[in-house]
Amino acid sequence: MNFNFKINGGDFSGAGRASSDIKKVLKKLNVHPKIIKRIVVALYEAEVNVVAHAKKGSINAEIDSEKIRITVVDEGPGIPDIKKAMTEGFSTASSKVREMGFGAGMGLPNMKKNADVLNIKSNVGSGTMVELITFFKS
Amino acid sequence: MKEETLTIMNIGKICNLLKAKLICGANLLDKEVTYGFASDLMSDVLTLDNDDIVLITGLTNMQTMRTAEISEIPCIVFVRNKKVTDEMIKIAIDNDIVLLECKYSMFKTIGILYENNLKPVY
Repeated sequence: MNFNFKINGGDFSGAGRASSDIKKVLKKLNVHPKIIKRIVVALYEAEVNVVAHAKKGSINAEIDSEKIRITVVDEGPGIPDIKKAMTEGFSTASSKVREMGFGAGMGLPNMKKNADVLNIKSNVGSGTMVELITFFKS
Repeated sequence: MKEETLTIMNIGKICNLLKAKLICGANLLDKEVTYGFASDLMSDVLTLDNDDIVLITGLTNMQTMRTAEISEIPCIVFVRNKKVTDEMIKIAIDNDIVLLECKYSMFKTIGILYENNLKPVY
């Protein structure tokens, strides 16, 4: 199964729609609730990051019998220092993002915690690609 | 040796203790909850692993609802007399989340729930 979603930068009210839809699909597939929670928390963090930092982005989710592979690609400022961005508490979020309840510097660390595999590729000035893979049986 | 008991409270009791207004989820008041977590920062809520958490917050926007949906939170108490929107109620109904509006400050709300043995997450 393959699912695609578009994300618009700055669209905070829309952030989370993809996570919500993927959650419903995984429930129908009888994936364990604790695994579903890990998958959708990581995806939601990724969605919020695109809304908070990029002009636009897209999500692709491939589901097979063993795992889900999610790729989130954005057209944004990129991450100059990925190691630093992985530090809990480090954030470059604007005050508007903080007013929405985010920007605590927990996004990337929380993605790492909740995904079995996290890969990040980023080019400063053009954008970021985040790959999240989670297996249904831990 | 001191014995520690795990208190389980239902959402209806929380509504009564806080003299809160039930916005939606009247059919879910018997649902039991164990833990309370108070925050206006959804980033922190998303880091929690526990189930059966009541979220106490003053942040009334769609991201509070999405965070609760994603984190499987069965009940949100909105403090400081904040009002929820129709769009928020729709998400709550679709996902079986009870919404309560409470006139108390966050400090007082937490104090009452803690006194009545709702457990902290950490």
